Amino acid sequence: MSSPDPIAAIKAEFKDRIVSWEEKSPKRYYITMPREDITKVADFIFAKQGARFIIASGVDTPEAIEILYHFAFDKLNKILTVKVPVPKERCEIESIAPIIAGANWIEREIAELLGVNFLNHPNPKRLLLAEDWPEGKYPLRQEPRSNR
Amino acid sequence: MNQKTIIPVGPFHPLQEEPEFFELEVEGEKVIDITVNIGYNHRSIEKIAESKTFDQMVFLVERICGICSTSHPIANCNAVEDLAGIEIPERAKYIRSIVGELERLHSHLLWAGLAGHFIGYNTLWMWVWKYREPILDLFEAVTGNRNHYAMMKPGGVRQDIEEGAIPALSKGLDEAEKKIEMVTKAALDDPVLAARLKGVGILSKEEAIDYCAVGPTARASGVDIDVRKDEPYAAYGLVDWKIITQEDGDVFAKVVVRLLECFESIKIIRQCLQKLKTTKGDIAVQVKEIPPGEGIGHHEAPRGETFHYIRSDGSNMPVRLKVRAPTYVNLPTCKVTVPGESVADATIILAAIDPCYCCTERLVKVIDRERGRKWKWEDLLRLSRKKTERIKKRMGISHE
Repeated sequence: MSSPDPIAAIKAEFKDRIVSWEEKSPKRYYITMPREDITKVADFIFAKQGARFIIASGVDTPEAIEILYHFAFDKLNKILTVKVPVPKERCEIESIAPIIAGANWIEREIAELLGVNFLNHPNPKRLLLAEDWPEGKYPLRQEPRSNR
Repeated sequence: MNQKTIIPVGPFHPLQEEPEFFELEVEGEKVIDITVNIGYNHRSIEKIAESKTFDQMVFLVERICGICSTSHPIANCNAVEDLAGIEIPERAKYIRSIVGELERLHSHLLWAGLAGHFIGYNTLWMWVWKYREPILDLFEAVTGNRNHYAMMKPGGVRQDIEEGAIPALSKGLDEAEKKIEMVTKAALDDPVLAARLKGVGILSKEEAIDYCAVGPTARASGVDIDVRKDEPYAAYGLVDWKIITQEDGDVFAKVVVRLLECFESIKIIRQCLQKLKTTKGDIAVQVKEIPPGEGIGHHEAPRGETFHYIRSDGSNMPVRLKVRAPTYVNLPTCKVTVPGESVADATIILAAIDPCYCCTERLVKVIDRERGRKWKWEDLLRLSRKKTERIKKRMGISHE
């Protein structure tokens, strides 16, 4: 069951695997994890520590597609964001939807808008884009900007 | 012989007037599976936000939704303030909460009216909407607009509430409270509503947690989450109020949660108005630069937590804005609440989460593949209303 200090529990559980750990404020934590660990991390935070999965954000950066899994510990007033960089060459990651039903839609959305392949997703259909939208075109991928 | 029938409801919902597309798989009267298709009216707001300045972005997100139009701006400002480490003045906090709670009031009443209409209880619909109207007048008095109030900005609010305006607002609230009290008592004691809505579309606590449901949908299933309490932003930590929860998880519990929440909202607004009399000072701090970094802001909208994530590279525009509206996590719960229920009940169960797609379907037909018969949304409504009528007859209170 959930421990009184889930943040410390997460730090202890994955201490060898955490790539970076940032405490932006007492309410906001950002940690970076390798993509191989995502199902273990999601299971530990959601099922074992009782966090609520808020949503995931996909961000296209020059280096990789970053997926940010936002978890809330509501009663502790803390939001923990797990960042996972997914390289664009082999753009795939294990799905967490089998563990968290609430992650089903957002993974489908990130798949079609940013071109990330979620492995073992229970229903890997398009969510928002039309059926005749061309394959391989991802609307939320960045193009070089000239106006900034 | 296989009597499987698919009932498509969409791509525009005729009553909620928003784009959503449900496929109900039915066996006779019973729904055995449901598929939801969204994206018919995707507006790419997240992408557009990347070409707006932080100030412009607030106006953009205000247009995500017409009903909870101040929820996205509050969440967005919370995110920008989290990113830049801005503390807003106390007076601005009270004004934010006043606008946020007035919105909850009008939104819950709007829903209660629609729910009545869905089950053929048009008296409730007309009553409630009549009493919702003066709330919009209060909005006009406070913000100058009945909708799309443009009150929020990073660092505070755009308009002050003058002390001279407070007595009229208090009077408006008193009157609204009396009416809502009357409606609440009538609705919660109504035997037909109880017979029609109790035990229908049950979402268990475990399912609510698994689907990450939020707002009244989660609270009606006994999950006591509310961002206003859990992360007290604006003035929610400075005034006295309580979270409303119910244990049953059915449609009736959701009605109870929303109606009772109205009184908490009134309580919050009253206290905030009182505090405005004594709390003087600025209504906003000057925000000069947004540093590079990340910010998370959320707000308890009438339908549940609205979540915004912003990433900045130090320029005057965000690199990424991620928005998660409450319906995005509440709607998938229909996968567990609708199957097993009758077609007549599917209408109200789908409406019970108070879905908000910003604009749902006009084309509704039910196609019986075996017999080639086409049903329309009107037929479904007729089924839903007939069921209420049957219940009334059974109770001996039908007028027909």
